[in-house]
Amino acid sequence: MKKKILIAAVVVVLMSFAAYAALFIAPTESKMGTIQRIFYLHAPSGMVALLSFLVCFVGNLGYVFTRRAKWDWLGVSAAEVGMAFCTVLILTGPIWAHPVWGIWWTWDARLTLTFVLWLLYTSYLLLRTLVEDPDRRALISAIYGIFAFLDVPLVYGSIRWWRTQHPQPVIMGGAGSGLEPTMRKVFWFWFLNLMILMIFLIRERYALEAMRDDVQSLERDAEAA
Amino acid sequence: MALLSNTVVLLGKELRTEFRSRELLTTTVVFILTIIVLFSFTFDPSVTESRRFGPGLLWLAFLFAASLMLQPCFLREQNNDTLSALRLSVSDPFAIFLAKLVANTLFLLFTQVLLLPAFSILYNVPVLAAFPQLVLVMFMGSLGLSVTGTALSAISAQARMRELLLPLLLLPLLTPVLIASTEATAALLVPNPAMRWDWLGFLLAFDVVFLTALWLFGEYLLEE
Amino acid sequence: MTSPGFSPTGIRFEKIDKRFGGLYALRRVSLEIAAGECVVFAGRNGSGKTTLLRIAARLSRPSAGTVSFLNGSGERNETQPAAGFVAHATMVYDELTAEENLVLFARLQGIAEPAARAAALLREVGLLERRNSLVRTFSRGMRQRIAIARALLNEPAVILFDEPATGLDPQGVSWFAETLRGLRASGRTILMSLHGESEVSGLATRAIRLDAGAVVADTRTGADFGSILNFANA
Repeated sequence: MKKKILIAAVVVVLMSFAAYAALFIAPTESKMGTIQRIFYLHAPSGMVALLSFLVCFVGNLGYVFTRRAKWDWLGVSAAEVGMAFCTVLILTGPIWAHPVWGIWWTWDARLTLTFVLWLLYTSYLLLRTLVEDPDRRALISAIYGIFAFLDVPLVYGSIRWWRTQHPQPVIMGGAGSGLEPTMRKVFWFWFLNLMILMIFLIRERYALEAMRDDVQSLERDAEAA
Repeated sequence: MALLSNTVVLLGKELRTEFRSRELLTTTVVFILTIIVLFSFTFDPSVTESRRFGPGLLWLAFLFAASLMLQPCFLREQNNDTLSALRLSVSDPFAIFLAKLVANTLFLLFTQVLLLPAFSILYNVPVLAAFPQLVLVMFMGSLGLSVTGTALSAISAQARMRELLLPLLLLPLLTPVLIASTEATAALLVPNPAMRWDWLGFLLAFDVVFLTALWLFGEYLLEE
Repeated sequence: MTSPGFSPTGIRFEKIDKRFGGLYALRRVSLEIAAGECVVFAGRNGSGKTTLLRIAARLSRPSAGTVSFLNGSGERNETQPAAGFVAHATMVYDELTAEENLVLFARLQGIAEPAARAAALLREVGLLERRNSLVRTFSRGMRQRIAIARALLNEPAVILFDEPATGLDPQGVSWFAETLRGLRASGRTILMSLHGESEVSGLATRAIRLDAGAVVADTRTGADFGSILNFANA
């Protein structure tokens, strides 16, 4: 318990420093002004979301091949955390785009992929609520999760390819491209922070799932007695 | 090879069952036709507009139709528990999936080819010039719809709310198929139709990826 | 029934566990069934009878433990044809005719001359006149007959019946008892689950009671046949 509070405290401190860095240390972008600073939250969120879904994929494969419940716990934890970061990306995009370009949304490759990811993993989580038997639920959602993740490069590839034929404004350009050195440092610092946050959240969610399983075992033992 | 002969036998069963009742085919055809007609009210179907929006709307209609048509795929094996009978009889459970996905591809292709003339007439888009190429594109697209749809049908058959669930699971997954098929189709409906082999190659890659995934994991979907 | 194209087969269940989520449908079930025995499983709903039969049929995988088929000398024999399984569900297609169904399953199992085999089985179960009728039109009794025909296609050494008497009228029960007599006489190993005493249960050579997934009584270890079957009704 103490260790957990300590880690949480470290995360809070790091995030505060990151926020300070984004707001005050990074220089103001010449063309877009202050609103550009949300980039430090936006772009790394996307990368961390993808990383979370990769962890989910690993959990899914782990469950299918070992049938041990802890892989399922990893899968659902990583999926939920991934969804959180995905949501951040989808919300920060328009917040940035509207003051700069006057449009709320653009179907550029990154945003579109994120939206499709958001839909795919919402389906994953929804599927889990619709299967009652825990073992079946774990297996079925693991296989769907595998299909969903295999789709990710295909979705990204098809959207990018398509966009080269139907160009659209790209929100915030490529990650780290054309960034001034200080900006780049702040960017990677944010990425590191969000990754630490991701690990922390996945671990907490995993622990919650493990506890839930414990409670259910106890309930069953009580019933049997 | 037992897998092949089992697949052929089961494919025969799928086709015979469908042609006897023709339920799936007729409802799918009517459904797509309805969407095509409804879509035509949402914009001015002049030739240029049709060429712009037509292919996308057509494939969207095919996607919706597929997500409905594929629901009964494994659900109907729950009547009378015929799925258990199949599992006891076949040597390789993949044959069950293979037969169904070939059947589904054929059904989808059949409905699409049937509706192409209707689309052509309602939207003033000429299709005769590139008809064989269009059929090829529709075949590749249908294959993509079937491979994923058959797999997901087996998944959703085990959950509650399965009628709503299949479209929800399937449609986001099919984004690449929608894009690739629409682009390839659009390129065939212009005055100088050209075959987009790159998009067709992409569809092939999509099919290979998911067919392999189905081969690896399909039998786990059938377990108890 | 048909002349045996199989060799007598016994079944061994070793420490079978079957979990559904956290619930144990079967708990450390160990049983040895000799070749040619006709065993009736009795027990309340949810006692694990169906689960055990489905595991024997290899439709369901145990969470722990093994089930094996044994040849005459008690050694494991994996080359035996799959067990025949007859449940309450017909396990044939409503939209196909009786004959089409049997030919389909015969071909899937690689049986030589599927059409001839299908016709022979239809004759044996008394459905030859209805060979071209869709199974959808069949009564409950006829459904059981086609289900049994399907299960016998590959001449299995072991047959499993899950609640075969349910839903049958007295004539149907008599027909089934007669069929069972024939199957028993041919030397097949038979496992069936039943709810209570009847003409059918009288044909069994051994009775086992299951309760909450465990074996609680077995005539082989001295329990009384009648009480096993009747207790289940209490």
